[in-house]
Amino acid sequence: MVRVLINAPKQVTRGEAFDVKLLISHPMESGQRRDAMGATIPRDIIHSFVCRYNDEEVLRAELFPAIAANPFLSFAVVAQETGTLTMTFTDDHGVVQTETAHITVA
Amino acid sequence: MLALPQAVAREKRSGYQDASPQTQAMQDDDAANPGFLWVQQGEALWSNRSVPEQRSCADCHGTASVAMRGVAAQYPKFDERLGRPITLIQRISQCRTERQGLPPQPPDSDALLSLSAYVGLQSRGMSVQVSIDGPARSFFEAGRALFQTRQGQFNLSCSQCHDDLAGHRLGGSIIPQGHTNGYPEYRLEWQAMGSLERRIGNCMAGVRAEKLAPDDVALAALELYLGWRDNGLEVETPAVRP
Repeated sequence: MVRVLINAPKQVTRGEAFDVKLLISHPMESGQRRDAMGATIPRDIIHSFVCRYNDEEVLRAELFPAIAANPFLSFAVVAQETGTLTMTFTDDHGVVQTETAHITVA
Repeated sequence: MLALPQAVAREKRSGYQDASPQTQAMQDDDAANPGFLWVQQGEALWSNRSVPEQRSCADCHGTASVAMRGVAAQYPKFDERLGRPITLIQRISQCRTERQGLPPQPPDSDALLSLSAYVGLQSRGMSVQVSIDGPARSFFEAGRALFQTRQGQFNLSCSQCHDDLAGHRLGGSIIPQGHTNGYPEYRLEWQAMGSLERRIGNCMAGVRAEKLAPDDVALAALELYLGWRDNGLEVETPAVRP
């Protein structure tokens, strides 16, 4: 399990954009570095990120090397009804992790 | 030739003020400050009973926001029983080994960084108040002497850069006054949270001096002097620095 910090408002106004901020603890190893013996350290980055709101895809991102460790993602979402944000990311080791946040529309 | 300006009494300046606006913004927003990944883990450890003695930090100390408020601002602190000053990380480690039955860990282990970040956060915004009264005095003097002693192949003292040349540049970077009010802190160069011991080790390596062991009394004395030097600045844990 990777540690994740999600910052999203619990309550939002219908049709108004709100910010979702996400910090993921991940080494984001670029695959360009070598260890003390000269061997290449294999690439290990989060390469894809998908955010859904009530099963509707609201954001899909492809990530590449040259992103620092512990990536920070921030994006805006508009909600029409109460629901759940589901954020899924996949890394090079095949680890798939899903995090959720409940949003109430007032 | 390098002209050494006269050492003048100047205003204390947190490393925050010399950081770029982008780095400052990272520290200012708790949702963007990667140090909070460690704070989050520290909060979980605070109430974790899965230790040999089956006793969590919270079982003895209660709620961290009440019990730990202002605590980090007073460290390093003289420990009567050991007869020497100890750092906050060493104090937490002492509790973990003696009362929770856990094996000792280095200061830059994830557990100690997380707990000290969580405990440090409870003092954020408060003034650093490190005491050098009583038996701590001799350690303080030793720490100050070490700070002013030239060492390593480059034959440089801490004071030459962090007192005399603070505010000037070393390469492209501004030399900070060397305050320790944000530790443990997230350093972009490390891409991780790290302790003051690690940072001091970097400077020691930089002047080609021999590093001090984490449990060396000389290191605790140096940190006591540095803590006293911060007095009056705000605790910024978990700070973000370049």
